[in-house]
Amino acid sequence: MSFEWPWQYNFPPFYSLQPNANTQHKQLAAWCSLVLSYLRHHKLYTIDVLEAQESPLFHNKKIQRKFPIEAIQVVLEELRKKGNLEWIDKSKTRCLIMWRRPEEWGKLVYQWVSKNAMTNSVFTFYELSNGDDTEGEEFHGLEEWLLLRALQFLQSERKAEIITLSDSKGVKFF
Amino acid sequence: MDRFVWASGLLEINETLVIQQRGVRLYDGDEKTKFDLGTVVLSTHRLLWREQKKHDCCIALLLSQIIFFEEQAAGIGKSAKIVVHLQPIPPNKEAGPYQSSKYSYIKLSFKEHGQIEFYRRLSEELSQKRWERISVSQPMQSPGRSQAGRVRAAGIVGIERKLEEKRKETDKNITEAFEDLSKLMKKAKEMVDLSKLIANKIKDKQGDISEDETIRFKSYLLSMGIANPVTRETHGSGTHYHMQLAKQLSGILQAPVEEQGGMMALTEVYCLTNRARGMELLSPEDLVNACKMFEALNLPMRLRIFDSGVMVVQLQSHNEDEMIASAVETVSERGFISSEEYAKLVGISVLLAKERLLLAEKVGHLCRDDSVESLRFYPNLFLTQD
Repeated sequence: MSFEWPWQYNFPPFYSLQPNANTQHKQLAAWCSLVLSYLRHHKLYTIDVLEAQESPLFHNKKIQRKFPIEAIQVVLEELRKKGNLEWIDKSKTRCLIMWRRPEEWGKLVYQWVSKNAMTNSVFTFYELSNGDDTEGEEFHGLEEWLLLRALQFLQSERKAEIITLSDSKGVKFF
Repeated sequence: MDRFVWASGLLEINETLVIQQRGVRLYDGDEKTKFDLGTVVLSTHRLLWREQKKHDCCIALLLSQIIFFEEQAAGIGKSAKIVVHLQPIPPNKEAGPYQSSKYSYIKLSFKEHGQIEFYRRLSEELSQKRWERISVSQPMQSPGRSQAGRVRAAGIVGIERKLEEKRKETDKNITEAFEDLSKLMKKAKEMVDLSKLIANKIKDKQGDISEDETIRFKSYLLSMGIANPVTRETHGSGTHYHMQLAKQLSGILQAPVEEQGGMMALTEVYCLTNRARGMELLSPEDLVNACKMFEALNLPMRLRIFDSGVMVVQLQSHNEDEMIASAVETVSERGFISSEEYAKLVGISVLLAKERLLLAEKVGHLCRDDSVESLRFYPNLFLTQD
């Protein structure tokens, strides 16, 4: 299924950071939701800012508009404030995107576990993210770092416990 | 340097001081002389040099002995100079500092600057040659004078007489200078009376002349001149002047501003009014100060300053919201617009067009598309859609 661009994507002013405060607020909100849905659709979890400039996400070749890098930084900062983004490096060139926050992932995993009556079982991380059983689940293909955070969240809710196995990480659900 | 004679430093009667400059050194040809720090004095008749410290050491040279002179630009470590080329030494010259010299030119070195003004005045004196018309009471040209530079009249009477002469001379110069100007003003008055006459005739014959022609003629009047310009003479300076000026301005600006859609940039107003006045031009400050008084005087205009600093004169009847609404409508019809396109469409200056579009953006009705091509404005779908 190809990605469906929102109407703003083909609206040239979308690519100029608006000086009017109200307008900008709406504009940034639209950009945030576009970034998250785009990454979600393509199952991407990181952004390299320089590469992103050239990707179709910020560069619409059809209308010949590019979102300038300063503005991209503003959008990323918004995402960070909302809790959807974490910078990997201090110089802010690469970041992790959580188009679903760890808590939300945690809930989904736990839902699947309880639905299949598998509490009290132990899983490896790999089994959860890449196992045959989880195929079709939304968290299938989830990157390890994010799965870890999701499980840490569950751990804080006492719904799971992370255990270290001989050569990998695992988790037990309660 | 052998053209110089010893002098007392006092001016003759009828000899007028033109300009003097400190910090000047004399050169005999290209060689420095011992006259290395003094004041050079230019009068209507002579060029004098007086030592800065010892005032009684003074030498003089007749202007009639100067053939021509030229500037020598300053260099690194060298002051600017004026090179003065002189006639050959007259046979009965009086005693001077140099018996003979191998050079026929001297140089004045301006160590404390001042050469530009001095050069200018020297040119003036040498072209006017006032020494030929005005004879001094103690002619220096006549041979056989025992002492150089002795003034005939001594004492207080002499000083008084000299002052009187100087005053008369200055008076005459000023009168001469302004003669031309008053002739011009007389002519202007004649023109203004003529145009007033014609304007009245037109008013009487309103039916016979078409409106078109009347309008054209009235615009000629405006560009030719106003009958009685408010000047600092007639109304003084300061607030009173500005008040009167404001009243006059609002009168003449009403029509042009309206034509332009109710708003005109202050720079355009400046050009328009000064062209109309012809003479007695307004300074930018006077214009701004007068415009600032529009509101206080209950005149139908306003001076308005935009965020960007642009100043306009706006008719009070000008409705900003209407303007914005019409701008937004235009943009919606066309999809998007740039300042230049909008200016052309509405018939206003690009500057004002941009201000209007920016205003519409400020209130959230338009949004911008800033690309390498140009700055364009779109209807603000961010707020209206969704």
